[in-house]
Amino acid sequence: MARYGPERVVLSADDIDRALARIAYQLIETNRGADDLVLIGVPTRGVPLARRLGGLIEEASGHPTPVGQLDITLYRDDLRRQPTRTVMPTSIPCDIDGRVVVLVDDVLYSGRTVAAALDALKDYGRPRRIQLAVLVDRGHRELPIAADVVGKELPTRSEERVQVRLSELDGTSQVSIMAPESDSQ
Amino acid sequence: MKHLLSTADLDWDQANALLDTAEQMAAVLTRPIKKIPALVGRTIVNLFFEDSTRTRNSFELAERRLSADSISVTARGSSVSKGESMRDTMQTLEAMKVDCFVIRHASSGALEQATGWTDAHLVNAGDGWHEHPTQALLDAFTLRRHFAAVGHPGLEGKHVAIVGDLLHSRVVRSNVWLLHTLGATVSLVAPATLRPAGVETWPVQVTEDLDSVLPQVHALMMLRVQRERMSGGFFPTAREYTEFFGLTPARLRLLSPRAAICHPGPINRGVEISAEAADSAQSLILDQVAAGVPVRMSVLFHLLSGADEGLK
Repeated sequence: MARYGPERVVLSADDIDRALARIAYQLIETNRGADDLVLIGVPTRGVPLARRLGGLIEEASGHPTPVGQLDITLYRDDLRRQPTRTVMPTSIPCDIDGRVVVLVDDVLYSGRTVAAALDALKDYGRPRRIQLAVLVDRGHRELPIAADVVGKELPTRSEERVQVRLSELDGTSQVSIMAPESDSQ
Repeated sequence: MKHLLSTADLDWDQANALLDTAEQMAAVLTRPIKKIPALVGRTIVNLFFEDSTRTRNSFELAERRLSADSISVTARGSSVSKGESMRDTMQTLEAMKVDCFVIRHASSGALEQATGWTDAHLVNAGDGWHEHPTQALLDAFTLRRHFAAVGHPGLEGKHVAIVGDLLHSRVVRSNVWLLHTLGATVSLVAPATLRPAGVETWPVQVTEDLDSVLPQVHALMMLRVQRERMSGGFFPTAREYTEFFGLTPARLRLLSPRAAICHPGPINRGVEISAEAADSAQSLILDQVAAGVPVRMSVLFHLLSGADEGLK
């Protein structure tokens, strides 16, 4: 395991709140309302983010927005490169046929997680449209995938590590970036 | 985990990981599309030297749900019936690039031996009177769900009695090791003639008195009386067996109304279990059958989805 140097905070808890509020408004705007929206978080940290967005969208639009989660472990293309992974629960809150599904994740990186999520989603139904909302886009895509709504574009080097903490899971909320230790020496 | 030969090889974390994943597999099976790509490109051979329709079908279905390629070879109608040895059969098949063998064999310990003959993963689908780990896992899965549904989740501190022909049963050992690992207390109830050698060293209480055990247990596992044993001098008559060890309507009333009744099937109604007990609301027999596919999916996923140890 690579060791990392000190963390540099790039988004504070307030920054995250503001980014999510902006994402919520953009989703309402691009979809001309929130009537058809279904938010699906990708575990682990996409799930609390989807819940927060669901609350913000409901506040802004007056519509309760269904929120669920989709585990993509069983659809990954890199299962055989790593030890066996834990499969997390999937819960799709309503029929997604004909609706607008917004996939929510914390960090967009290679795009492979999203590709697996698209494969998984099609086994649950046929949404009218699928959009992608991420808190952070750190670049380095390996697949032709782009987010529809991004909280923060974060240029990184691929050796660096982006760590997202959310109060629901980690006690505090912040996004930080770390360089490998050998770099800083 | 390379093989699943015995539940004695599973620690608490591994056993729970298998049961947790089985829950997610069960969720997949409730979808309109009951298939996932997790084992695409993996090849599994079900090698059944002894026939077992139920176990074989549920392994086959589990393999297909995981998108593995699989074939089944049964002793009848294959080169095994022409006298080919188990070792030659396996090595012939492995030459065709097999990642995993699921094996049922009439001899206890057959799989232990087979580990030396192949690089493939092995899953024990029942060897003689020895072990049947996936049956024990699906029993534990069924009980775990039952206890969660009645508001007392987990197997820790639960008392489970296994009743009947312990000697010829392959599910007893697997269940004893697994239930013990998961923290349950196990009682075995059987006539002296149907107890395996060495049972006194197992982490269990052994008794002949079913009536005294019934009021204390959270779950009861009734074992099948195999008809061929009835003439072997193990017990005088089926009627006498029922008298002492059958779950009769009268005994059903000694059981707590919240206690679960399990049976690995196929059941002999009126012998080890009365129709009233088998069809009662407490009976989990059909839940056990339903648990077969997701539990076997979980086992195959854990053995085959990750990187191969020792390779690369």
